[in-house]
Amino acid sequence: MIAASDAGKPEVDNPATATAEAGMAGLDRFAQLNGPVLGTLLFILSESVFFAFLIISYVYFRDSPAVANGPNAKSVLADNFAQTAVFTLCLFASSATIWMADRSFSRGNQGAFRLWLGATILLGVVFLGGQIREYVNLLSENITISTNLFGSTFFTLTGFHGFHVFVGLIALLIILILALRGQFRGQQHNGAVQSVSFYWHFVDVVWVFVFSVVYIWALF
Amino acid sequence: MSAIPLVPEPTEALPRVRSNEGLLSWIATVDHKQIGILYLITTVFFLVVGGLEALLMRIQLAQPRNDFLSPQVYNQIFTMHGTTMIFLVVMPILIGFANYVVPLMIGARDMAFPRLNALGYWLLLFSGLLLYYSFVSGGAPDAGWFADAPLSEQPYSTTLGMDYYAVGLLVNGMGTVAAAINLIVTILKFRAPGLSLRRLPLFVWMVLLNSVLIILALPALNAALVMLIFDRYLGAHFFRAMTGGQPLLWQHVFWSFGHPEVYIMVLPAFGMISEILPVFSRKPIYGYGFVAGSTLAILVLSLLVYAHHMFVTGLGFTLDLTFGVMSMLIAIPTGVKVFNWLATVWGGRIRFTTAMCFAVAFPFLFSIGGVTGVQFAIVPIDKQLTDSYYVVAHMHYVLFGGTFFAVMAAFYYWFPKITGRMLSERLGKQQFWLMFIGFNMTFLIQHVLGWLGMPRRVYTYDNNPGWDIMNMISTIGAFILAVGVLVFVINVFVSLRAGKIAGDNPWEGWTLEWATSSPPPLYNFDQVPPVRSRRPLWDLAHPERPDWKHPVGHGGKDQ
Repeated sequence: MIAASDAGKPEVDNPATATAEAGMAGLDRFAQLNGPVLGTLLFILSESVFFAFLIISYVYFRDSPAVANGPNAKSVLADNFAQTAVFTLCLFASSATIWMADRSFSRGNQGAFRLWLGATILLGVVFLGGQIREYVNLLSENITISTNLFGSTFFTLTGFHGFHVFVGLIALLIILILALRGQFRGQQHNGAVQSVSFYWHFVDVVWVFVFSVVYIWALF
Repeated sequence: MSAIPLVPEPTEALPRVRSNEGLLSWIATVDHKQIGILYLITTVFFLVVGGLEALLMRIQLAQPRNDFLSPQVYNQIFTMHGTTMIFLVVMPILIGFANYVVPLMIGARDMAFPRLNALGYWLLLFSGLLLYYSFVSGGAPDAGWFADAPLSEQPYSTTLGMDYYAVGLLVNGMGTVAAAINLIVTILKFRAPGLSLRRLPLFVWMVLLNSVLIILALPALNAALVMLIFDRYLGAHFFRAMTGGQPLLWQHVFWSFGHPEVYIMVLPAFGMISEILPVFSRKPIYGYGFVAGSTLAILVLSLLVYAHHMFVTGLGFTLDLTFGVMSMLIAIPTGVKVFNWLATVWGGRIRFTTAMCFAVAFPFLFSIGGVTGVQFAIVPIDKQLTDSYYVVAHMHYVLFGGTFFAVMAAFYYWFPKITGRMLSERLGKQQFWLMFIGFNMTFLIQHVLGWLGMPRRVYTYDNNPGWDIMNMISTIGAFILAVGVLVFVINVFVSLRAGKIAGDNPWEGWTLEWATSSPPPLYNFDQVPPVRSRRPLWDLAHPERPDWKHPVGHGGKDQ
C-alpha cells in the first residue's frame, strides 16, 4: 500500500486522491480567512445547529392535537401578520446597512462607516421593539410559554432569536463606541468589523427561516 | 498568519506574572501549557471522584439484596458517575491534552484565542462544581446521564438535582464549544511554515476533526437542555405527555448529540495511539492517508446513526433497518484504523515502555467494545440486550479500555515533556498490569450478566444462579482497577519530585513538540525546525536520508 506522499506528485488520476486533494485545497482556502472571522464562522455554524433543533421542535408540535383548540399559530399570529412583516423588513434592511458599513470601513471611509453602523443599530432596535410589542400583546391576552405547546415552542424559538439580536446589538454598539472615540481605524481592526457583520447576517438568516416557518405558514 | 496581532506585544515592560510564580499565575494564566495542566489536574480529580462513585456502586452490587446504598442514593450515584466521567473526565481530559500538545506539535506559540482558552477551562471547572453542589442542595440528579423524559420532569424528580444537571451541562457545553473553536482556528492558522495540512501529525488531525464534531453535536444537547429547563421552570410542555408534549422528542434531540459524543470521546484517543505506536515501534505510521481519511468517514457517519439508541422505543421497521445498517457501516472506517495500527507495529523494533503497553492494549480492548457495538446495531439483539449489563460492559470496553487506556499511554508519553521528568517505569508497569487485569475482571464478566438478563441501573438483584459470584468477581476487579489508579497518582507525585530528568526528546519522537526543551519555555520555541515532511525531527537527525527525499509509507524500518 502506498500512503499519499508529500514529496511526490499527487496522483490526481485516482478519483479518491483527487477528492482528497480538492478537500484539502478547500480547507486551505478556508484557513486564509483571518482568525477572528474564522472563529466567528465556526461559532455561527454551532449556533445554526442550535436553531435548527428549535425550529424542528416548533414544526414537530405545530399541528399537534393539543393546540387544535387552544391558541395556535393561525389564531394568534395571522391577524398581526402585516405588522410583523414591517418589522421583518427592518431587520432585512439592516443586513444591507451592515454590508455598507463593512464596505465603507475596508475602504477607509470612517464617516460613512459610523453612519451605516448607526443605521444598522437603529433598524435592529426597531425590530427588537416590534418583538417586545408583540410579546406584550400576547402576554396581555394570557398567552404565555406555559399556556400550551404553541406557547412553549413559539416563545422558545422567537425568544432565542430575539436574544441573539440583542447580543448582536451589544456587539454593534461596542464597535460604534470604539469608532466614535477614534480607537478603531486601520486594516488591523477589519477582523472585528467583519466578525460582527457576519454574526449580524446570521441573525438575519435565522429570521428568514423563523419568519417563514412561524409567521408565513400561519397564514395557511 | 493572521494580519491581526491577537496578543499585542507590550511596548514597555509591564508587571508580569511569570509562569512559575505562585497561585495567582495559575488563576490568571492565558498560557496554553498552564491551561492544559489545569485541565489535566481537574480531570484527574474528577476521575478519582467518579471512580469512588463506581466503587460505591460495586460495593452495593457485590452481594444480592445488599442494603449498603438505598435505591434513591444509588440512582444519584450512577447518574453522577456517568455524567462525571463523560463531561468532567473523558471529554475535557482529551481537550486538555490537545490544549497542551497541539500548539507544540504545530510549532505555534499559543492558541489562537488565549483568553477564550482560559474561559473554556473555567467554564469546565465551574460546571463541575455546579453539578456537585447538587448533593448539598438536597439531592443529585437521579435520572441517568441521558436524563430521559419524563423521568427528568418536575413531577418525577422532586429535588433540584436535574436543574443542576441541566444548568451544569449548559455551562460545560459552552466551554467545550469554545475550546473546539479555538483548536480549529489554531490548527488552521498557526502552523509552522511548511507544515501543510497533509503533514499534520495524526493527533492534531484528529483533534481538528473532533473539534468540528463538537461544534456540530454539542448544540443539540444545549437545545435539549434549554427545553428541559423551560419545562421545569417556566411550565413549558415540550416533553410533558399529559399536555400533548412528546417525551420521545427528548430522546431524538439528546441522542443527536449523544451518539456523536461517543466519537468525540474516542477520536483524539485514536490520534494519541497513532502518535505513540509509531514512536515505540520505530516505524512511521502505516497508511497515513487511510488513518486520516477514515476519521473523516467516522465524523460523517457518526452524525447519521443516533437512533440506534432508540430501537426499543418502536421506531418502525424502516427506521430500524436504516439506522441499523448505518451503524454497522461505522465499523468499517474504525476497522481500517485497527489494521493500520497492527501494520504499524508489525515488524517494528518495539520498545515496551509503559506508554507502549497501554497503547498496545488499546486496539485489543477497543476492538472487543467494537464487536459488541456492532451487535447492538442488529435490531433484534439490541432489543434483547439493551439496558442490560451487556451495554455497561460494551461502553466500558470502548470508553475505559479504549479511550482511558489511550489517555494513560498519553500521560506516560507526554509527561516528560510537560514536567521535564520521567514517570517511573517500575510503578508504571505495575499500574498497567493492575489496570489491565482489574479492568477485564470487572467488565468481561458483565457481558455474561447481561446475557443472563441483569438490568443496568437497578440497585440490587435477587440471588439468581451464578449472579452473586459474577458480581463479586466484578467488584473485586473494580477494586484492583482502583489500586491501579492509586498507583498512577502516587507515580505522578513521586516522579514530580524524584523522577529521572527527561531531556528534550526522551522517546526519540519525530514531531515538533520534542524539538523544544522539557518543560517548554513560555514562548514554546526559540526556533521552529524546518518542516519538509511528516517527521521533521527525523529529517533533522538523518540529513543523509530525509523523508522528503525518500517518501515513507512502504513499511520500511528505520534505525
